[in-house]
Amino acid sequence: MDSGLEPRRENPVRQIDVSTDTREILARARRQADERKFDDLFIVDMDSHHTESESWADIIAYLDDEVIRAQALDYLKNRTGTPPYGLNGDLALRYQDCGGRIPHQAARREEAGGNGLHRDVVLARRAYESMSIDRQIVFPTPMLFLGMHPQFDMEPLLGNAYNRWTVDVLLAQDPKLKSMAFLPFNDADEALRTVEEFGDAPGVVGFMVTSVRNKPVHHNRYMKVYRALEERGLPLGFHAGYYWQDPSMMQINRFASMHALSFVWCNVVHCTNWVMNGLPERFPGLPVVWIESGLSWVPWLMQRLDHTYMMRTSEAPLLKRKPSAYMAEMYYTSQPLETDNLKALELTFEMTRAKTQLLYASDWPHWDFDPPAVIWDIPFLDDEARKNILGLNARRIFDLEK
Amino acid sequence: MAEIYVGKQEEFGERDRKIVAQGDLEIGIFFVGGAFYAYENNCVHQGGPVCQGKILGKVEEVLGEDKTSKGLRFSETDIHIVCPWHGYEYNLKTGRHPGDRNVRLRPYDVKVADGEVYVVV
Ligand code: FES
Repeated sequence: MDSGLEPRRENPVRQIDVSTDTREILARARRQADERKFDDLFIVDMDSHHTESESWADIIAYLDDEVIRAQALDYLKNRTGTPPYGLNGDLALRYQDCGGRIPHQAARREEAGGNGLHRDVVLARRAYESMSIDRQIVFPTPMLFLGMHPQFDMEPLLGNAYNRWTVDVLLAQDPKLKSMAFLPFNDADEALRTVEEFGDAPGVVGFMVTSVRNKPVHHNRYMKVYRALEERGLPLGFHAGYYWQDPSMMQINRFASMHALSFVWCNVVHCTNWVMNGLPERFPGLPVVWIESGLSWVPWLMQRLDHTYMMRTSEAPLLKRKPSAYMAEMYYTSQPLETDNLKALELTFEMTRAKTQLLYASDWPHWDFDPPAVIWDIPFLDDEARKNILGLNARRIFDLEK
Repeated sequence: MAEIYVGKQEEFGERDRKIVAQGDLEIGIFFVGGAFYAYENNCVHQGGPVCQGKILGKVEEVLGEDKTSKGLRFSETDIHIVCPWHGYEYNLKTGRHPGDRNVRLRPYDVKVADGEVYVVV
């Protein structure tokens, strides 16, 4: 009683779990890529992740401080039951997989083989090939919380060890992988030193501030850092995160609610300070990228700031235009793209000048990742806008052949 | 109208599933509450492999008469398939998302004849 046209086949994978191969999880993304001929496009993924704590033994070997290094290595060898030495990842990381419903990232137990390649390179390749991505910027995961570390010097110590390991291993093994290097922003002197050390490193295409921190981005001490980046033509990214221990977030009971707010709030604060203190006027040649807060906050903040600025212009004396005009000249990564109200999305794209300012990001392998088809399938975009957002905008502002 | 052979009825216990494919079409066949349901393995959200996710009871919040929360429990009757890409859930009997009934998986008829299960495409 078969149709007789094509043989039936049984799917070898019944259920996707933490051991499923990335290529199997993303098989339908591969099909989407084939249907849309993504192999003919240049696609840049502005934001993907690896779990650096899985390589912690290798990373801490790069620590400058020999006492901290010895402690970290001893801890790794002889202690169990707690997160790796030095990391202060937010407790909400334990909820990412929604009680096991979303298994990718929870524990990536698939076989990586490797041919001498680092496991993270193998996993990254499986993902970017499945999604037909040509260049992929890789960020860490628990280290995104280091800006809240109670030990002031831990951020530069671990940040620079991570940067060295990333350059030596991930970027050296795969020229399609790129890094916006970790900027230990709580210490402006260390941040400047980091720009000087890694600014010319192959594969380092910019620098990243982890946005979860309580530091005013307009403070005078940071001007030398921004100038160093502007002089080198290296974009500055603010990578969002959540922080459940923030007093306002501690009123919230569910991960979903906290994530919806906290992942945006950090960038709302930094972007407000950035614009209202005239940093776009002070550093007009420094591209600034707001990463992983989605897009819907941008029109909201534009309207809030414009409305207030017009009445209290004296409090933002460096501005020559409305705040929204500066915000429309900054860059935003797309994920997680809020697509539930297409009319709102269309207005958002118009207000943020998405055609030239929006940069596709997957956030793979995190729970709310977006494959490239999310951009391609937006009905109101023309092909030029689609191609720009998926890769050509990123190629314009980053040196991706470095 | 064609039929794809799925397997023997006796192979299916409560909350079991099979996924069959013909060409590019993949269909998940589920046995829930003593009946078969079939849906395309294609999530409404972003096209993820929805039929390859976890099968779980709908999460319910129990309220007391005074409207205070008495905690959470899994439904025994509303059984969901959870898309493993991002967690969209669908009621296996209706194929609909519990938060928006217009978000619905593409259903297929299932036919059982002489203890053999077929999906009608
Ligand atoms: S594709 Fe199924 S939840 Fe997103």
